[in-house]
Amino acid sequence: MQIVYTGELDSRQFKNVIGETIEAIMQEDDKVVWLDADLQSCSGTNKGKGDRYINCGIAEANMLGIAGGLSASGMKPYAHSFGCFASRRAYDQAFLACGYAGNPVTVVGTDPGITAAFNGGTHMPFEDMALYRALPEATVFDITDVPMLVDVLHQAKDMPGVKYIRVPRKTSCQVYADGSKFTPGKGVVIRDGSDAVIIASGIMVHEALQAAKALEAEGISVAVIDPITVKPLDEELVREYANKTGLVVAAENHNKIGGLTSAVEHVVAGMMCKFGYVAVEDVFGEVGPQDYLRKQFDLTSDHIVRVIKGLKE
Amino acid sequence: MTQEQVKELQEFALQIRIGTVECIKSRGFGHIGGSLSVADALAVLYKCIMNVDPSDPHKPDRDKLVCSKGHAGPAVYTTLALKGYFPYEKLKTLNQPGTDLPSHCDRKKTPGIDMTTGSLGQGTSTAVGLALGDRLQGRDCRTFLIVGDGELDEGQCWEAAMFTAAKKLTNLTWLVDWNKKQLDGYVTDILDTGDLEKKFAAFGFDACTVDGNDVEQVYEALSKKPGDKPVAVILSTVKGKGVTQVEETMSNHSMNVGQDVFDSWLEELHGKLDALQGTGR
Repeated sequence: MQIVYTGELDSRQFKNVIGETIEAIMQEDDKVVWLDADLQSCSGTNKGKGDRYINCGIAEANMLGIAGGLSASGMKPYAHSFGCFASRRAYDQAFLACGYAGNPVTVVGTDPGITAAFNGGTHMPFEDMALYRALPEATVFDITDVPMLVDVLHQAKDMPGVKYIRVPRKTSCQVYADGSKFTPGKGVVIRDGSDAVIIASGIMVHEALQAAKALEAEGISVAVIDPITVKPLDEELVREYANKTGLVVAAENHNKIGGLTSAVEHVVAGMMCKFGYVAVEDVFGEVGPQDYLRKQFDLTSDHIVRVIKGLKE
Repeated sequence: MTQEQVKELQEFALQIRIGTVECIKSRGFGHIGGSLSVADALAVLYKCIMNVDPSDPHKPDRDKLVCSKGHAGPAVYTTLALKGYFPYEKLKTLNQPGTDLPSHCDRKKTPGIDMTTGSLGQGTSTAVGLALGDRLQGRDCRTFLIVGDGELDEGQCWEAAMFTAAKKLTNLTWLVDWNKKQLDGYVTDILDTGDLEKKFAAFGFDACTVDGNDVEQVYEALSKKPGDKPVAVILSTVKGKGVTQVEETMSNHSMNVGQDVFDSWLEELHGKLDALQGTGR
């Protein structure tokens, strides 16, 4: 895996990448349909033409039910809404009409966690990964950068089960080279280290890399791993680095309950290593600029540094 | 429709009722009321309307049924067994450990079940998806959706109804089992759904109301080719239809009775079948 991380924001917006990638996937495969719930302008698919772009109106439960039916008829549906509505609003439908009924569907939930920013606490999913992790046979992707999004959108089309892809609409720092290929269930060691490991997903990968850089200056060698899929988690890799470093920190833009923190904790439970987390405490979201929210919920590289130093003492 | 055809349909409906009671009897309890109310509609659909092939249950261009009131599984399973999707003896495994015939319809377990249902309301949207998928893939086939009247309490049904009409999904036909009762009592007492025919008409359907326990009327409603609007047929039915004691029991959504009681119900149904066939037992 070629790492191209500089710490600079990518000029590409995720939502435009979704629109372009879905159009390309549709050209390749006439079974692909895109369902949206009056948010095509937000998923960048509003320029899409033809009857395979289906706007369901503001009815997410119906949309995911339709997605299940389309899948049963032989189509390959993607369904989008904001992460809060794509998960908790339509969870029974994702669970039953898609998952339990054996109808593969890809759900794209935009603006996870604090990236919901000015839409505020009502729209701020800190629980979406917990919900989809609890759905048997589901795969959960917390998108880190544009190359990962492009590859994951392509791969999700023919994967079994329910695929949940959480991704901001705006942008992030590019980590992986364009054209990178990922394997669900296989984590990527972005940076090696021997004193601690940060398992970080989504927007927290950037914070983790900044924290690792700061700690390196103080003589602490920190590895950073992106799990790619929060479910299934690359348990083997987590165990390997827990043994190697003896100090594991999970970092996620999500409630500490049910997401990456819980997933990593399950793996390291009973191991001879220290464990900490940088995640949202069990609280609701609130409105504000993303940078304010980042500090408000302690989703910062500074906090990762504090947690690692605290555990080292 | 000739008198002979009507009689054949009535016989099929009675056989569905008999099988339904038999499989619920084998477990000792089950969703009897709402299974018996839809027996006539199932008879008409599977004998005269739907283009299906029991030897090829996944044929893409088959007509499809979504029984959104998934608890009517026993009636649907009996219909499928009588059609030859699986051996009739299998009905006795209803709700037994490891069975392919669970309380609520499951497309992964039972041959001929086109959609998993059980969480009320959800079948309306999945039926929309099936019909939309058939249309997108250029298939000339229909999807039939059976939804309960109590089930219409679920808001999702109305989202799906709005979508069906707005997108002119004329290859999807809604059948509302208007048996007037839900688990806790009369629909009018629990949450009155009002005039269903007017409601569906207002949503953009070509709506009509028929006696849903009269095979001839159900056939007339379903055999018409849909025009430019999707069709909604309100089936006015009796919950527990065909077994006097079940019809007369107020709380008949799910019943738990002794084997001798089940036997008396079967005797009544066999008596009706014999009378229809003009043979003594």
